[in-house]
Amino acid sequence: MSMYRSHVLVCAGAGCISSDCKAVQSALIANIQAQGLKDEIKVVETGCMGPCDLGPVVLIFPDGVFYRKLKPEDTADIVTEHLLKGKLVDRLLHRPTGKSEQVATFDRMEFFKRQTRVTLRNTGLINPESIEEYIARDGYQALGKVLSKYSPEEVISAIKASGLRGRGGAGFPTGLKWEFTARASGNPKYVVCNADEGDPGAFMDRSILEGDPHSVLEAMAICGYAIGAEKGFIYVRAEYPLAVQRLETAIGKCLEYGLLGRNIFSTGFNFDIEIRVGAGAFVCGEETALLASIEGRRGEPRPKPPFPAQEGLWGKPTVINNVETWANIPPIILNGPEWFSAIGTENSKGTKVFALAGKINNTGLVEVPMGTPLKEIIYDIGGGIPNGKKFKAVQTGGPSGGCIPAEYLDTPVDYDSLVKLGTIMGSGGMIIVDEDTCMVDLAKFFLEFVQEESCGKCAPCRIGTKRMLEIMERIVEGNGKDGDIELLEELSQGIKSSALCGLGQTAPNPVLSTLRHFREEYIAHIKDKRCPAGACQALVTYYIDARACKGCGLCSKNCPAGAISGEKKKPHVIDAGKCIKCGTCKDKCKFNSIFIL
Amino acid sequence: MRTLEDLNKLRDKLQAEISIRERKQEITVNVSMGTCGIAAGARETMKTLIEEISSKNIKDIALTQTGCLGACQQEPLVQIQKGGEKVTYINVDQEKARQIVNRHLLEGKVIEQWTKPEE
Ligand SMILES: Cc1cc2nc3c(=O)[nH]c(=O)nc-3n(C[C@H](O)[C@H](O)[C@H](O)COP(=O)(O)O)c2cc1C
Ligand code: SF4
Ligand code: SF4
Ligand code: SF4
Repeated sequence: MSMYRSHVLVCAGAGCISSDCKAVQSALIANIQAQGLKDEIKVVETGCMGPCDLGPVVLIFPDGVFYRKLKPEDTADIVTEHLLKGKLVDRLLHRPTGKSEQVATFDRMEFFKRQTRVTLRNTGLINPESIEEYIARDGYQALGKVLSKYSPEEVISAIKASGLRGRGGAGFPTGLKWEFTARASGNPKYVVCNADEGDPGAFMDRSILEGDPHSVLEAMAICGYAIGAEKGFIYVRAEYPLAVQRLETAIGKCLEYGLLGRNIFSTGFNFDIEIRVGAGAFVCGEETALLASIEGRRGEPRPKPPFPAQEGLWGKPTVINNVETWANIPPIILNGPEWFSAIGTENSKGTKVFALAGKINNTGLVEVPMGTPLKEIIYDIGGGIPNGKKFKAVQTGGPSGGCIPAEYLDTPVDYDSLVKLGTIMGSGGMIIVDEDTCMVDLAKFFLEFVQEESCGKCAPCRIGTKRMLEIMERIVEGNGKDGDIELLEELSQGIKSSALCGLGQTAPNPVLSTLRHFREEYIAHIKDKRCPAGACQALVTYYIDARACKGCGLCSKNCPAGAISGEKKKPHVIDAGKCIKCGTCKDKCKFNSIFIL
Repeated sequence: MRTLEDLNKLRDKLQAEISIRERKQEITVNVSMGTCGIAAGARETMKTLIEEISSKNIKDIALTQTGCLGACQQEPLVQIQKGGEKVTYINVDQEKARQIVNRHLLEGKVIEQWTKPEE
């Protein structure tokens, strides 16, 4: 065994990769070698640790010290001061927004302290390309346990008793789904992992696949045993090449170690897993479309029933679960269903991973018990809204979801409470918007997304969403008419009740939800030709406050339309007729004299 | 990997390597690494500690480093902490380092004559 006195974990999640963690990692390794510490210090590349806006980050063990926003040059100090001499490099420590003191170790950061990591238990902590590190963290113990001690029925009972519900959107009880499939007649049976992750802004599935691929493989094998299947498929979108590569590495290692393949643990159980790379169309995440795509047909949905549990891949009984759902399985088996069901709320057990994005200080990936109040997620973990702006709403559930306004910040987040507010948990994307966001425009964004992603198979979705989008476009351009709101509502109801698959059935949700909570914004756009948030270009007017203007001339110099005039040291004015509403002047003015009406 | 037993054996072996990240160590061995300590040979002391601890396959030990402890003439200094108990060894050369691992860490016996008297 080789012992290292210190492990330096370098986050190589998507966020950190985009802030060039690779350069930091190389510099770190070079400095460690230069100081002769190569045999004492181990550098480990991990999956996403979560606090993406702080990247590149490193985490140093055994002390647990966390350094953030690193540049390659910073690594010299980390090596000579911290790793060699044991002194903290203060300037590289995390300083929470609005606080003056630094926080040295990760377990004292609000961001980590308030999380409960079940699905992300290994993500960001182990090297995802090392099966050894997964095994050291009790990897494949759950598979060993079920194969040696449980009957297939006992596995299903355990999953049922845990109360686990699917994390892919609809929240269907996982144990029940397995039971239906186990009992269905038809052979062979199949196990499928849905790693399509089409929701804009969501990246939890990707982070699990890239950060802890073995947890998904192990879970799929457990399900195979429980339902009597010998074959599994993972459907990943082509936009996730690193996830595909890590899965391939992981599957290869499993075959080598005999953890997949034939006669696993000498119990006679055979199971293997194949990867299928999808084209990355949103509709391919819908289960029947996904199955069609695996079979090599066009990724188009079909009516349900029959459900995949009855007739799935090639017409055979199939369990299809989401990545995050899978990652929950091994800990449930190892720690017992009671342990799992003790976390969360009455009808929503366990934890949920959320991807925080938008107008929030700490963007990134967090995992909290179901039932954690929205406020805690957004303010305590997420660090609140940047630049002193006001929180306006949080959009959950992606294109199938809706938004929750500020008055419901105390809501505990679980499947049922979100539905009551007119949105859904969905896959866990949380887009936070502040006072500068126009809710009509936001709803239009999601409608545009589903309209483009509609497969076109059925008319309500193909034509209906197009009609809705035309109305929304008219409204934000200032051409809204009396009756538009009613028309939107009527179309929404029609599409919801007649579309063939979940995409169309939920496509109107962002519009309905913003109409429910922010109806007055629609009215302002339609009746007063005004955008209260000052976001819809066509509806805003730029003004210069004559009392505040110092006449510096910076705005007129930068205006691309030549719309600003005025003498030096005298208040300037904007000619609304010439102004193209680019916003340059407002950005340039150092005296905050330009405002939007 | 033919049986669950094989997996368990492998896990037990690998756990020692990763336990440092789980922060469950019962014992902390701390080498003082100020300029004074390094000049007095603390690097060699540290390397010897690593070699000895890993060759004896001792688990759940955190080996860390701190700055100058203000006793430069007694460098290299090695502190061993277990629970609330702290023992400081002074002038730890490579030979002493080996002894400390074997007698203190493995057998649990403090080598009184090398420790700092005030503590
Ligand atoms: C339009 C549409 C897109 C979907 N996209 C995904 C997706 O990207 N990932 C996913 O896991 N489930 C997605 N689903 C849900 C799946 O159809 C299915 O319910 C889910 O994979 C079941 O897994 P679970 O029970 O573990 O949640 C989508 C559903 C619809 C209607
Ligand atoms: S609802 Fe939309 S996505 Fe679904 S089948 Fe119909 S056209 Fe295709
Ligand atoms: S930049 Fe601001 S202060 Fe200067 S002239 Fe323009 S509006 Fe006035
Ligand atoms: S918004 Fe753009 S075009 Fe209009 S006045 Fe300002 S700089 Fe000129």
